[in-house]
Amino acid sequence: MSRELPVVEEILSANDLVARENRKVLDAHGVVAVNVMASPGAGKTSLILRTAAGLGGRLRCGVVEGDVAGRVDADKVAAAGMPVVQINTGGGCHLDAPQVQGALERLPLDEIDLLFIENVGNLICPTGFDLGERLKIMIAHVPEGDDKPIKYPGMFTAVDALVLNKVDLMPYVEFDESAFRTAFRALNAGAPLFPLSCRTGEGIESWVEWLLAQA
Amino acid sequence: MHELSVSQSVLDIALRHAERAGARRILAVHLVIGDLTGFVDDSIQFYFDFLSRDTLAQGAELKFERVAARVRCHTCGAEYAPPDARLWSCPECDALGGEIISGREFSVASLEIE
Repeated sequence: MSRELPVVEEILSANDLVARENRKVLDAHGVVAVNVMASPGAGKTSLILRTAAGLGGRLRCGVVEGDVAGRVDADKVAAAGMPVVQINTGGGCHLDAPQVQGALERLPLDEIDLLFIENVGNLICPTGFDLGERLKIMIAHVPEGDDKPIKYPGMFTAVDALVLNKVDLMPYVEFDESAFRTAFRALNAGAPLFPLSCRTGEGIESWVEWLLAQA
Repeated sequence: MHELSVSQSVLDIALRHAERAGARRILAVHLVIGDLTGFVDDSIQFYFDFLSRDTLAQGAELKFERVAARVRCHTCGAEYAPPDARLWSCPECDALGGEIISGREFSVASLEIE
């Protein structure tokens, strides 16, 4: 005889449990973790490097690099003098809490105030996985077009701040900034939007000021 | 790849509850999945079939209850289904956006066991 057994358990409960442990460890060390999400090539590593330079030592930065393969980004960050741990997901499309837990064990958390967790380049999956971070931020970039909030609403609704990178390319590509802003506001009424260029440094200052106020 | 880790979580939850209840076999797993989560039913079943071989859940059917996305307008409070690939605007007052009130569900609701 078959029978029904009620369960009612969140499918990602195992991830969420580890995320809560990560949050406790980060809080205990006074570390503010920032989950950095974007499509590939949006400028995640460039923003981290620019931000660290803009902070000029006011906060000590560390980085967890998530990539499918390689340690190109980790090498760049290490060359800038920041402690960094590389996670290779081996095909996985997002970071999860247990991967970040392993990375935290290998970082000098007492020497870090602000920890950037650079997620795998992807506009869909990273949103669903809590890593234990304090802030979720997203980087959109001008060449990918102004329609991304409409095509990928999930991530835009979930973020605490949105960076629009590569504004120096505005004269060369089709990008309607006001349409982009309207579409983003429809999904997220509260999060600030920071148009900037990691290449020229334009707009970096107000982004850095916001980050300082959060830490 | 994403659906592989999710399928493993579904299997872990199902096996833990079934073993605790003394089940001999899991016939079906009922899942509640919101439309905003982006998970693909067929893909989860495909990985589940692969992962559940030689377990109590071998051959179990995944039954999906999809939950439509609903948004509550910030301005007038009306509830509406946000359109796909267009601006989220309220059909009552034209205001943009709103609070997501459903569509993010993602849980194992129950099992059929014997």
